[in-house]
Amino acid sequence: MTSHEQIARSAAGAPAAEARDVSKRYGATVALHSAGIAVRAGETHALVGRNGAGKSTLVSILTGLQRPDGGEIRFDGAPAPALADRDAWRQRVACVYQKSTIIPTLTVAENLFLNRQSGRGLIDWRGLRRRAADLLAGYGVDIDPAALAGSLTVEQRQLVEIARALSFGARFIILDEPTAQLDAAAIDRLFDRMRELQSAGVTFLFISHHLQEVYEVCQRVTVLRDARHILTEPVEALSRDELVAAMTGETGRALAEGVARPPVPATAPVVLDVRGLRLAGHYDGVDLTVRAGEMVGLIGSGSSGKVALAETIAGLRRADAGTVTIAGTTPKPGQVPAALAAGLGYLPQDRHREGLVPLLSVAENATMPIADRLGPAGIIAPARQRTTAERMIRAYDIKTDGPHQPVGDLSGGNAQKVVLARALANDPRALVMVSPTAGVDVRSKASLLGAIGAAAAGGTGVLVVSDELDDLRSCDRVLVMFHGEVIRDVPRGWTDAELVSAVEGVEQP
Amino acid sequence: MTGTETIAKPPTTGGTRPGGGRLPLARLRDFALVPAIILLVVVGALIDPVFLSAANITNVLQQQTELALLVLAEAIILIAGKFDLSLESTIGLAPALAVALVIPAASNGLGTELPAGLAIVLCLLTGLAIGAFNGLLILRFKLSAFIVTLGMLIVLRGLQIGITGGQNLFDIPPSVLYLGSAVWLGVPASIWISGTLFVVGIVALGYFRHGRSVYAIGGNTDAARAAGIRTDRVVWAVLMIGGLLAALAGLLMTGRLGSVAAAQGDGMIFTVFAAAVIGGISLDGGKGTLFGALCGVIVLGLINNILTLAGVSAQWIQAIYGAIILVALILARLTSGKAQD
Repeated sequence: MTSHEQIARSAAGAPAAEARDVSKRYGATVALHSAGIAVRAGETHALVGRNGAGKSTLVSILTGLQRPDGGEIRFDGAPAPALADRDAWRQRVACVYQKSTIIPTLTVAENLFLNRQSGRGLIDWRGLRRRAADLLAGYGVDIDPAALAGSLTVEQRQLVEIARALSFGARFIILDEPTAQLDAAAIDRLFDRMRELQSAGVTFLFISHHLQEVYEVCQRVTVLRDARHILTEPVEALSRDELVAAMTGETGRALAEGVARPPVPATAPVVLDVRGLRLAGHYDGVDLTVRAGEMVGLIGSGSSGKVALAETIAGLRRADAGTVTIAGTTPKPGQVPAALAAGLGYLPQDRHREGLVPLLSVAENATMPIADRLGPAGIIAPARQRTTAERMIRAYDIKTDGPHQPVGDLSGGNAQKVVLARALANDPRALVMVSPTAGVDVRSKASLLGAIGAAAAGGTGVLVVSDELDDLRSCDRVLVMFHGEVIRDVPRGWTDAELVSAVEGVEQP
Repeated sequence: MTGTETIAKPPTTGGTRPGGGRLPLARLRDFALVPAIILLVVVGALIDPVFLSAANITNVLQQQTELALLVLAEAIILIAGKFDLSLESTIGLAPALAVALVIPAASNGLGTELPAGLAIVLCLLTGLAIGAFNGLLILRFKLSAFIVTLGMLIVLRGLQIGITGGQNLFDIPPSVLYLGSAVWLGVPASIWISGTLFVVGIVALGYFRHGRSVYAIGGNTDAARAAGIRTDRVVWAVLMIGGLLAALAGLLMTGRLGSVAAAQGDGMIFTVFAAAVIGGISLDGGKGTLFGALCGVIVLGLINNILTLAGVSAQWIQAIYGAIILVALILARLTSGKAQD
């Protein structure tokens, strides 16, 4: 069907995709309770909700991967095909998941035409690459079809997935947190592309934790909370506070404004001192200081070198030149235990990869760096571990069945709280955090930021490395990195536009 | 399904082109062992002029045919992201069971004395059944492929010993001996068979949709399933083909040696994995080619032959052979630059 026909149909009123009174339960857990959504043809529709609100379940039902216990799914007014008919589903709806469905060991061309490389006979590899090149060129995607998919960037992989989805004839595409792993420039390019496709008649369902993006790219928004549909409104009709309130069931303004904090006296001792740090290909000549009780933000695009800098401070990387001094001592560079012993707390970027051991319990994960204090001679006394963990669970408001629960079962926000509790477990003098609220819902975000603020108030010097403006609002000052150098030192009270233009390397007029 | 042409080409593009070359490194890696093979041939020729004689080359290749078929089977299974350790027992049990069913009880048979013409069919069916049973445990009951096939390795070896009373079987029907001993056009039939099967495998995995789905499953099972590939069915088929190839290898070995030894195939699995890994097959699945695996087999065969020709004492040959395989693994790791995890 052409896009014109599709628009004509939407005028007739049938939504491109619709879920009516859909329910789904897994054992005792109700994942969806007669929830619904109607996505109009040609619009970009946002689906927001806290972790565990039922978004993922709704997506898997809309894409035909799960059968709802009750309710029905319709596309363009017609009932959804049978669950076994994957081809029919693929012609109606496609989803770009957070977890990539690209096969890294195969070429881009083969990924695009997976399981349809040929009819019955031999695969014509040359022809396949040509078809792939035509398909990619048709969407203005400049990627070599012969390249291995594993060598692509996250952004390129998403484009390949979107192109593949469109090549099946689907005109309704679900993007599940597409921006989570992209830097600001790549997000802008993604949004440009979405607008282009939208004007060509493609309908999007857009899932994101970044409410700003909802306002930027979406026309209507549906909020889910506790497995129920809360509201569906045009985005202009809904203020940011109302949206947050719909998601959390309460009003919360602290996020948008930051927490008021007393100024840090100039006499406070310097707990983190970075002098002339250089790592080829990442950053060059970086100086920065963090005083006890001070919160310093560090922002920059994906290529600015900010994460590499944080990793160097933590001892994960070894700088080519320069020194890192933590609370007056200079730990041996490139060694994590040395940095920790010097009084550093570190919260890594990817909590799944570096932060947590998913199969171990909350208690074990949280007490890992202070295991030596839980008993003599390397013995970990279970009772002491449990009481310590219970104290942490209360202090950081971690939602868990108890200290024994495996961390892998926690929601994203609560898992991140465990990582934070662990980073703070040995009362560090300086705390370095990378993207502390990535992939975390609004309410957990507020309580995480609250815990970070409390740590600073207790005299810890905090360095928050993040792209999220909300993470940086409480900071005393924000350093802006650009192409490996710190180019600005912005005191508290900045505006979003001021900071973002500095990150992009655009000077304010 | 239109709408594509209505989309304007945007000025900006998503990132730069990676690699760029027409022949990416990954494809060059298929030929990474060719220089090593040439080097080994030169070394062999220098050590003993006999090495390059047609008789010796034929001998080397024929001795490797059984290993080659096992490596073919294991490589396909590894590419699909699974394991099969039980192949080294299948190579003994399948011909032993088939032969025991047709020979008289006086020759250590089971006494059923089925028609001798059925022996080959029985042997191949046994291999298929073993693969199907592995598939049942791994796919239906969701057991770990590693531990299931390790268990099967022991069970199948035990079955063979139980059936034959721990004896070697010598009274082999001529039909069973034929494939492993016949000569076609001046070259042993087993070389023709292994070569043909490798060509079939290379074409099937390189140029057919179902063959490519094996790579897709090994690379990312969820993505393969999302693309409409019936992943369980394909893996099951791969495991059954693996059992079938191992049974065929058993036939060739029986024909070459003229008997079914009680320990036939015992200890081969390490060599099988070594050849596959040296040949560039990833134990993680989804990576490697059958051509590479074949090169791995040839490298190990040449090394073995050179050690024999060089007069290394029989007591030491096993230790030296094992050590050389480990060195080859280290070299493969260094040249590929990737961890063999």
